[in-house]
Amino acid sequence: MKKFLVLILMVTLIIGVLAGCGSNSNDQASEGGTTVINALFMKQAGYSEEDVTTITNEFMEKNPNIEIKTTFVPYESLEQKILTGAPTGGYDVVAIDAPWTAKFAKAGIVKEVTDKLSKSDREDIFDGALDSVSFEDKLYGLPWLNDTKFLFYNKEILKKAGFDHPPATWNELAEQAKAMKEQGLVEYPIVWSWKQSEALVCDFTSLSSTFGGGMIKDGKPSLTDEGNKEAMNFMLQTLEDGITNPNSTEFLEEDVRGVFSSGKAAFALNWTYMYTLANDPAESEVAGQVGIVPSPGHGDVVSASVNGGMGLSLTSGTKNPDEAWKYLEYLSSKEVQKKYAKSALPIWKSLYKDEEVITTNPDVVEASKVQYDYLTNRPQVPWYGSFSNELQVGIQQVLMGKKSTEDVLNELQKKAEELANK
Amino acid sequence: MKRKLSDAKFAWLIISPAIIVVFGIVLFPLIETFLYSLKDMDLSMGNPGNYVGLSNYVSTLTDRDFWAAAGRTAYFAGVSIGIELILGLFIALLLNENFRGKVFLQSIIILPWAIPTIVNGAMWKWIYHSEYGALNALLTQLHIIDQYRSWLNSPWLAMNMVIMADVWKMTPLVVIFLLASLQMVNKSVYEAADVDGAGMIKRLFILTLPYLKPTILVIIVIRTMETFKVFDIIYAITQGGPANGTMVLTYQAYIKAFSGLQYSQGATISYLIAMIIALLTFTYVRTMKKGEMI
Repeated sequence: MKKFLVLILMVTLIIGVLAGCGSNSNDQASEGGTTVINALFMKQAGYSEEDVTTITNEFMEKNPNIEIKTTFVPYESLEQKILTGAPTGGYDVVAIDAPWTAKFAKAGIVKEVTDKLSKSDREDIFDGALDSVSFEDKLYGLPWLNDTKFLFYNKEILKKAGFDHPPATWNELAEQAKAMKEQGLVEYPIVWSWKQSEALVCDFTSLSSTFGGGMIKDGKPSLTDEGNKEAMNFMLQTLEDGITNPNSTEFLEEDVRGVFSSGKAAFALNWTYMYTLANDPAESEVAGQVGIVPSPGHGDVVSASVNGGMGLSLTSGTKNPDEAWKYLEYLSSKEVQKKYAKSALPIWKSLYKDEEVITTNPDVVEASKVQYDYLTNRPQVPWYGSFSNELQVGIQQVLMGKKSTEDVLNELQKKAEELANK
Repeated sequence: MKRKLSDAKFAWLIISPAIIVVFGIVLFPLIETFLYSLKDMDLSMGNPGNYVGLSNYVSTLTDRDFWAAAGRTAYFAGVSIGIELILGLFIALLLNENFRGKVFLQSIIILPWAIPTIVNGAMWKWIYHSEYGALNALLTQLHIIDQYRSWLNSPWLAMNMVIMADVWKMTPLVVIFLLASLQMVNKSVYEAADVDGAGMIKRLFILTLPYLKPTILVIIVIRTMETFKVFDIIYAITQGGPANGTMVLTYQAYIKAFSGLQYSQGATISYLIAMIIALLTFTYVRTMKKGEMI
């Protein structure tokens, strides 16, 4: 009798567990005719979590038969979340960062959507934004977020140091910084995000491109290029001259914002989002003194800044690609991007002529107009992930004086060739 | 009621859910990962993988980066366990004495251990912050350093700072273990030693330490397993940097698998970590048994 009771309890438990598992898959299929779309976003810069939630709610009101479930994760865990959740259809829509497109496409994690974007639309979208979701001339997502790094400067410190304009070249920047340091205005005039992370590669990409270098040329690794060497030496030199904050090698973008916003730096290279926050008195001690200009140039190069665009992709595992695409189109639509221009500048060229968009953030629009013509991509190769890690370590070894620029670049070239020829 | 099931069948039926769960979340991933480590799976090349035998193990074991990471992991394990044992022993001896406020101290000593590792990591990241960290504030206010400095931008220093954070969190575990053993000590042995004229230090080495030896070995085994698998504290504080200074084995496996999409290499490193741990544990247990026989 006892045994029988235990048995019954056991069976109930198992059925309960199974029923619990089952209900999830049920509401995916159909729940009174509504389709459920799971979307994965990043909890950071650009459109904020509230923005995306509001836009999503608007979309659901307009499309009562589609239900969107959103998840927000920090950038650092976004990639892993996509890798584990996307292929099985755990997510239908995922936000992806530019350097992931190639490997995700190759690994078959995201769907190709070349045919879904019309030619006229494509012509109206900035190339940089399109590049961030392209691999081998095919599209693997819809451009969504237009972003790049700008040079931010502290107007007051610049004026006190006796300069009437922000630097247009890196050498000019170094000179102005030295003058500021000598006058005792600021101990370390420049702050960067040089932690062993993707942020470091972003800054290096901008610099190497400005100095005429490049990591991949005609599909082949070209690390030993003179420009790359100059860029690395420039980074090292600013550290040795004491004009770069030595703690930069442990900073991410948010630390850069913190240092700059507390008035401890005169120059900073950072993403667009910093402009609004550094000018917000609640967040910053230097509100109202923050200027934004395109990333400095060098020689013939007017400017070059890393393309930090993000796209929205359909996962290969999605069961409702049409509904999911409709949602993507809404998120990236001119109407929505215009309305939220204050959070992130639109991907649409035509919107930059729109008075409403310009007045939301005139300085940023002004800087962007120039900067978007001078964007540079991180290597768009499927082996970028491994390479980026090697590059981060290599640059840090140089910055910490553990190895010479030449040795590091030669080693990196070898590693890149190995990766490319695999 | 009629008996329908034999005892054996009934037993199987009852444990079947447990078997399914264990197989599903322990054995299946374990086997799957092992199979990955035998393939040349590289998703970044769109290659789902063919079996290549043990070549991943050969290439990993001949890789300089792997041994560098293994060395760092061993350093992390050795230093962190060493400091934890010494600190833990003194705190346990202190708490074993009778004094006012002992119960209060005993309860707050457990607090660091109760904090999840990732939270602990995030906390120490802020404590070490070069611009507004609490450590800098403390040391400048005590006039030990004259201005804020960086704690995480040189590879060796960063590793030691991470170890500090780990020690802060894990020393309580050692304290609890040792304290439990100490409280079972027969006090009259100490009294006898006292009468015979053995001083405090002598009693520590002649009585306490030999008595605690089995417990210490257990702690070493547990902590070795944990420290060789260290991941979250690194992830939260340094992410392997600066210049790979804190790149330990598990973090290397993580980077290989999730950033480089080299699933096979990641799996290989994971298995090698498991083997290293197994080997160390085996050695410890043998030493312990030998010790008992003497």
